[in-house]
Amino acid sequence: MGVAELSPAMASGAIAQLRNIQKTFGKGEKPALAELTADVFGGRITGLVGPDGAGKTTLIRLLAGLMAPSSGTITVDGSDPIADADRVRSIVGYMPQKFGLYEDLTVAENLDLYADLRNVTGQYRKETFHRLLQFTDLAQFTGRPAGKLSGGMKQKLGLACTLLGKPKVLLLDEASVGVDPISRRELWRMVQALVSEGMAVLWSTSYLDEAELCADVLLLNEGRLLFNGPPKELTDRVKDRCRLVRGIGGSRRQVLARALRLPEVLDGVIQGSNIRLLLRNAAREPSPADLNAGPEAQWTSGPPRFEDGFIDILGGGPGGHSVLAEHLPVVPHAGEVVIEARELTRKFGSFTAADHVHFQVRGGEIFGLLGPNGAGKSTTFKMMCGLLVPTSGLATVMGIDLKQSASEARQKIGYMAQKFSLYGSLTVGQNLQFFAGIYGLNGARKREAIEQMIAVFSFGPLIQTKADELPLGFKQRLALACAVMHEPPLLFLDEPTSGVDPVTRREFWTHINGAVEKGVTVMVTTHFMDEAEYCDRIGLVYRGKLIATGTPDALKKMAARPGLEEPTMEDAFIELVGRHPD
Amino acid sequence: MFRRILPLVIKELQMLLGDPGGRRLLIMPVVLQLLLFPAAATLEVKNNVLAVLNQDSGAASVELIQRFSLAQAFSKVLRVEGQAGLTAAIEGQEALLAVVFPPDFSRHLETGLNPSIQVILDGRRSNSGQIALGYVNHILETYQRERADAGTAPKPVPIAVRHWFNPNLTYHWFVLPSLVATITTASTLIVTSLSLAREREHGTFDQLLVSPLTPELIMIGKAIPAMLVGTVQGTIILLAGIFIYGVPFQGSAFLLYASMFFYLLALVGFGLFISSICATQQQAFLGVFCFMMPAVLLSGFSAPIENMPEWLQLITWADPLRHFIVIVKGVFLKDMGAMQVAEHTLPLLAIAAATITAAAISFRRRLA
Amino acid sequence: MSPPLSLRRLVALCRKESLQILRDPSSLLISVALPLVMLVIFGYGLNLDSSRIRVGLVMQDDGGDARGFASQLDGSPYLDVVIGSQIEMTRQLVDGKIRGMVVMASDFSHRGIGPGSEAPFQVITDGAEPNTANFVENYVEGAWRTWQRQRAADHGHASPQAIEVEARFWFNPSAKSRNYLIPGSITIIMTVIGALLTSLVVAREWERGTMEALLATPMRRSEFLLCKILPYYALGITSLLVCVGAAIFVLHVPFRGSLAALLLMGSAFLFSTLGMGLLISTLTRNQFNAAQAALNAAFMPALMLSGFIYELRSMPPFVQAVTRLIPARYFVTSMQALFQAGDVWSVLGSDLVRLTLAAVFFLGLTAQKTRRRLD
Repeated sequence: MGVAELSPAMASGAIAQLRNIQKTFGKGEKPALAELTADVFGGRITGLVGPDGAGKTTLIRLLAGLMAPSSGTITVDGSDPIADADRVRSIVGYMPQKFGLYEDLTVAENLDLYADLRNVTGQYRKETFHRLLQFTDLAQFTGRPAGKLSGGMKQKLGLACTLLGKPKVLLLDEASVGVDPISRRELWRMVQALVSEGMAVLWSTSYLDEAELCADVLLLNEGRLLFNGPPKELTDRVKDRCRLVRGIGGSRRQVLARALRLPEVLDGVIQGSNIRLLLRNAAREPSPADLNAGPEAQWTSGPPRFEDGFIDILGGGPGGHSVLAEHLPVVPHAGEVVIEARELTRKFGSFTAADHVHFQVRGGEIFGLLGPNGAGKSTTFKMMCGLLVPTSGLATVMGIDLKQSASEARQKIGYMAQKFSLYGSLTVGQNLQFFAGIYGLNGARKREAIEQMIAVFSFGPLIQTKADELPLGFKQRLALACAVMHEPPLLFLDEPTSGVDPVTRREFWTHINGAVEKGVTVMVTTHFMDEAEYCDRIGLVYRGKLIATGTPDALKKMAARPGLEEPTMEDAFIELVGRHPD
Repeated sequence: MFRRILPLVIKELQMLLGDPGGRRLLIMPVVLQLLLFPAAATLEVKNNVLAVLNQDSGAASVELIQRFSLAQAFSKVLRVEGQAGLTAAIEGQEALLAVVFPPDFSRHLETGLNPSIQVILDGRRSNSGQIALGYVNHILETYQRERADAGTAPKPVPIAVRHWFNPNLTYHWFVLPSLVATITTASTLIVTSLSLAREREHGTFDQLLVSPLTPELIMIGKAIPAMLVGTVQGTIILLAGIFIYGVPFQGSAFLLYASMFFYLLALVGFGLFISSICATQQQAFLGVFCFMMPAVLLSGFSAPIENMPEWLQLITWADPLRHFIVIVKGVFLKDMGAMQVAEHTLPLLAIAAATITAAAISFRRRLA
Repeated sequence: MSPPLSLRRLVALCRKESLQILRDPSSLLISVALPLVMLVIFGYGLNLDSSRIRVGLVMQDDGGDARGFASQLDGSPYLDVVIGSQIEMTRQLVDGKIRGMVVMASDFSHRGIGPGSEAPFQVITDGAEPNTANFVENYVEGAWRTWQRQRAADHGHASPQAIEVEARFWFNPSAKSRNYLIPGSITIIMTVIGALLTSLVVAREWERGTMEALLATPMRRSEFLLCKILPYYALGITSLLVCVGAAIFVLHVPFRGSLAALLLMGSAFLFSTLGMGLLISTLTRNQFNAAQAALNAAFMPALMLSGFIYELRSMPPFVQAVTRLIPARYFVTSMQALFQAGDVWSVLGSDLVRLTLAAVFFLGLTAQKTRRRLD
């Protein structure tokens, strides 16, 4: 596969080799990794992708020598990570999912600590610090405690700490989760600069647009390696199978749902006002009429993406039918304003986190709040659902100020937090019982609601499992179940799919789309631009201000300029934020 | 309203009992402390060593030494030679006290004079020393009375002492009722305040706040499980006291549980207040500790409150343990009446009202 | 595997830990403010010397003798006498407002104190407070004896022959319980401080995810352990000196030992208690459980089983066996010796050996439980 493309210098061999690796945790449990053989080469970025629980983190920990394989051999630059731990640790840089920065230490102190731990001294240390601070753009923040940095800056500092001592192998575990598109691009540029110096990088990610840019990709599923090679190879498998449906009349959500019901369609997503479909291999071309997408609908073929290949190899998306939405009652609405922010302002000391934010959301709409880390979208979101009191201005939900109102108003909303705030030590069943209970469901209604959720999300076999022990995807499902069990007409979703894999994300949006079709209104924050495409309207927040609002297509149009005629959502985001005067 | 509190209570109990580590931490301390503390907490003097420096050669000193060695307080009588031997025995803490018979002790006694003996006590343990000195005095007195019975000299008249509520001054009888109060303190406080801080850290607290629950309901939801835990632990200790340690329960169980309710309410008030001002578990833990340690020390359990300086006695009024210990001991050993129980429950009620109000206010303020 | 220790890494880790301590107000609170507050509470709140015990007096006779004895009781420096009816006094006894009562028989003065007769009054104590009950008995008995002898002398009778007991408290002539309770309290305080300081530190690294990043560096196990001990040791010694200083200069407890011996014993003890905290932290890896375990393992056992209030020899053998496992026990005797007797090496020596053993045990076990890997 990839070996043919190697330059002679690299052809001498892989820096890290995994041979027949098996890793089992408990006795009798399914192996976390099985029969895995792979190589990581110097001078390029190897992407590591796969659904949740595929074994990505385990693989990285094995390479870092933090776990021993149950069988098989691993070598990193010729050494065994367990037997020769001291050597391997001095040549491997590892950035865990939640990088351990000491939040009470300053940027410089964090760097000093890791420099000393990695024996970086003297003149060389000075130079490295200088280079890394420039590189990460952190030079002006050296005296700031790490805890006070924004999410993106934290990741950059984490990377800088990992890079001290010039590791030969760099292992990055979901380095870009929860990071806004701008910081994500910067991180990527930094890592690419390192690769050109010959470093081997293993980059695990749930952003498939990142994986698409890697030289090689390892795709894991349930502990097995499904694909190993350049991403283009995978993308090529779905060449000619992508279709774009433009000019849709009527609800694009309903059109998507219908499309996904067609036997020929393997996968589909909403892209602004359009729909993007992936056809099955050798499938008959469906006719636009099957979609009932209105007379204007056009059917064009589109460029394949790595994500399509990913979905294809995993056997397709979750389908377009939401059993959940089927059970939800219809929420009658006449397009009236249900959520409104009026000159919403919040100050923390002298810092203004939200500055006269003003918007309206109508019934049956999906409204997305986007913005870089620390721009104030969380603050705004929290004020909307009554968790934070505005310094001035008004946040109303269905005409009621949530902060003032009695519990009846809060009965009408469902809330899902970033970290899927479930009770980790309670079982799935106990969590459902609890949330049903505090929302006042009882007797037969409660029993029915819980049974429904169990059926909709197939919690059956997991009912006795503690929420902490669930795979991430199931945690997310459970969090959604707990938020909608009382059939709220309004949903508040705060980064609801952070860190979940693309398949689970699709399933989630199928449910949300279904619910919206029933009349539910949704307010959502996200860092995933493909998620932003699902929104009817988007509010872009930057430095506490709402700098743009409109449909995804309107924002893209706003961002378009010579040289950027057809911006993606991500381009639009970066462009619009960049245009804002500092 | 109750319909919404019930799920909170059930959830809390499931979290406490669902985790084997957490379950152990609720039960083990109770069992271990029940096993060790009643036996350990005693100010009695038993099995100690008495050193004797006998410079007398008469029969009287030999007779007295014989009597000392038979006393329960002294398991061993250590004969020492010379002043140096005596110094070594006391300094090295081999003996708690030493008795020195002067050379003419027996002779003086024979001739009707008032002989004197010297008792050297280890001041590092002066309380035990004083109690042991009491035993030595008793033995001497008995000895003199018996001598006088045989002769014609006037005899000392003994006093009649009755120890009410605890005729043999058994220390268990004192310790076990107090343990009902002290052991339940830790769990009740930790369950209230740390669990709330944990919800804050894990983000589930926001989840509760956006639900129809009001802050008051959330507080009640934290209070009830903690009080249940306290009641169960208290009952275990009570039953163990009665049936394993054989301490007679004299009073009314109803009165005890009624006052226990207010005691736990007062504790929960402190717990809620601590958690309302803490953001993290670490802070809450420190808060619990900073409250609990003085509360136990100033409760009258380790040392009588009347021995404290006036200003400190005043502070102890805010200590729920202080009031409850009087009640448990009163009901348990003295069959305290309803009026008196009520009198001591009133401060508990006041503490509970004050702390719960403070907690509610600071709760609301934090949310703003 | 015994990798060489890198001084650079060790210094860097210790610096990091120290910075964290200095930035976190709570660690300074634990190490300086808390010990002082505790010392004040121990110093004033824990007093076994009943300076004046409230005792009720029920006079059913107001003859001369009865009044004479009553004034004798009233004159006792140890008793605070209140006079009242039997019903009232009984009520107060149940209430714990008085700790004993003397009930004079109605024929007190009649009966006189003829030879061999029983005393014409009854002493009733509050058995629910056994220690105080003992003192009530002793004090009333003392007053009775003195009064008898005086009365005999007044009437020209021969008083009964008496063996005079001349009691002397070495090291603590006024027999103040404070003088030995305070050195003991310092032990309890140090146990708590040591365990509190370290019980959360490893758990915190796990919960915040910093542990995984540290493990992936060339850091050795020994370096990690030392960085979790040395800064806290410095902090612990500081609070020890603060406590001892406050005990000497504020609470006026005499100190007769040497500073060197204090530092030596203090160090041995601190290593054992820091080790215990580290072990708890390493085993639980979670702050909620570590906090509970530390509270249960440090405070209550040190209070009850260290021999600082309660006499170890009076405990049953199995409890005594348990107390041998508690390092605080050995530091209590060392501190009492250092404060009141001086550098008594016959006591300090054996304590030192045991404290060192405890330190080696806890730290060794912690080292054994500290892994460089996650599985």
